Amino acid sequence: MTTFLSLTFAGLALGAVYFLAASGLSLIYGLMDILNFAHGMFMTLGAYAGWDLATHLPASTPSALTFALEVVAAVAGGAVAALLTEVVFIRPLYGKPLSQVLVTIGLDLAVVALLLGGFGANSLSLPVPLWFLEASHVGAVLLPNADFVALVAGVLVLVVLEWFLRRTRFGIVIRAGVENREMVSALGVDVGRAFTLVFVIGGAMAGLAGLLYTAVFTGDLLSPLQGDGLLIFAFIVVVIGGLGSIRGSAVAAVVVGLLQDYANYYGGQHAGFSEIGNLSTVLLLALVLEVRPRGLFGRAT
Amino acid sequence: MTSRAEPQAPALTARGLGFRVGGAQILSDVDLEVPAGHCLGVIGPNGAGKSTLLNLLSGILRPSAGTVEVAGRDVTALDAVARARLGLGRTFQTSSLFATLSVLENARLAAEARRGGSRRFWHRPRSTDEATRVAHDALGAVGLEPLAWRPAGALSHGDKRKLELAILIASDARTLLLDEPMAGVNTEDVEPLTALIAGLVREGRTVVLIEHHMSVVVGLAESIAVLDSGRLLAHGTPEEVIANDEVQRAYLGQPL
Repeated sequence: MTTFLSLTFAGLALGAVYFLAASGLSLIYGLMDILNFAHGMFMTLGAYAGWDLATHLPASTPSALTFALEVVAAVAGGAVAALLTEVVFIRPLYGKPLSQVLVTIGLDLAVVALLLGGFGANSLSLPVPLWFLEASHVGAVLLPNADFVALVAGVLVLVVLEWFLRRTRFGIVIRAGVENREMVSALGVDVGRAFTLVFVIGGAMAGLAGLLYTAVFTGDLLSPLQGDGLLIFAFIVVVIGGLGSIRGSAVAAVVVGLLQDYANYYGGQHAGFSEIGNLSTVLLLALVLEVRPRGLFGRAT
Repeated sequence: MTSRAEPQAPALTARGLGFRVGGAQILSDVDLEVPAGHCLGVIGPNGAGKSTLLNLLSGILRPSAGTVEVAGRDVTALDAVARARLGLGRTFQTSSLFATLSVLENARLAAEARRGGSRRFWHRPRSTDEATRVAHDALGAVGLEPLAWRPAGALSHGDKRKLELAILIASDARTLLLDEPMAGVNTEDVEPLTALIAGLVREGRTVVLIEHHMSVVVGLAESIAVLDSGRLLAHGTPEEVIANDEVQRAYLGQPL
């Protein structure tokens, strides 16, 4: 039972990171019909921005403040990368969805190659507070502190994003645009500004996802390839949850995170097959596509 | 209020309007003039180019030939957003509302779009602000006020069509392009919807109406344009158009 509870907790934390990665992707696709492969790059750059800021701080044991500053840098890094991507590369290609997808793939490949060339693979380590590596007792169960951080961040972003989309003017414009972009334009709303905003929000969340993934799941090692690894699962989460739906992304992210953790532990234990978590995720994706192609919360087309 | 004293430019003018995709000529050489405050019905068989015409007028498509003028101003080079801001509103054949937003949010979105609204993206709509008041008024005008808090997707077909009209009222568009406003509507809803559209015209709005229900078109339109295979076959009063031989032939046995 104790094992099951800590597995569940770790799965939820993983789900939180998947949600951060997937929700921006889902909004961007829902509003602009762009499969944004540069999202992996936003995540990677977020993590590296956090690391870069930490190296500029006076040398000391990393504190909670250090981590808070890393988070700010990651969010800002992801947001700026997304803003530049949208303004410089995506905007001149409006109306050419295939070119837009290709340009995001090219950007992602180029940035990964640059980071590999500049820093190498798995050579850098993100400074995190010692507290991160410890665990706390919750009843009889010992739960890693890092998982708490990921979970709190995921829930916080979900709440703020839902508030933004439901209660603010721009949020309502974005929801309307996801549903019927042509009609929003016909009302005289300049959807271009909503496009940029959605990219920036998505980039900020991706940056946070990249940093948290490094701090919680990779043993603090930065890799230029981590964003692309996460991106695959983010795409799976988006498709399972339903394109354009934030709630769908949240539910699907938790399902995928839990499934992966359970399968890796129980499946790995009994079958001795280490990739079983990934395999079960892909099988779930196939099942959803077969039974409910528009995803759990997807709009009917 | 526009002064009736000065000569008014037509609300909408199309000159030599043509549209082709690849080798296919979808629409050619369409000349139309819709005086301000008039209702023009556009009829024709499926595939005649009616929706293409609306898309060219509203700026979703760019013509391959000809020009479009709104109130005497050449808008051919302007996109849909810019034309909407000049007071051109439209509905779509499929759906012109936002099912996941509430009825009130639909109308308020339209009210804010036209007025520019707040530039602060975190701005939270207040129940007392101008756009909300305009939205409530528009819902009142079509009788949807009691359903203001429902999700638009949960409305009946007839109420959805009413909401689409309320959206146009809230947007303060002066020229309305309506693409089959009666599509999918129950027989008992046709009459109240027709009365609503007639009210919009009476209040001084200009309406271009694509519609298959001939009784609706004849009841509302002061003039009718007939499209067939992308060409303007006839244009005149309902009586003239119905009596037209070519029109009879194009419809081939279909009662007008």
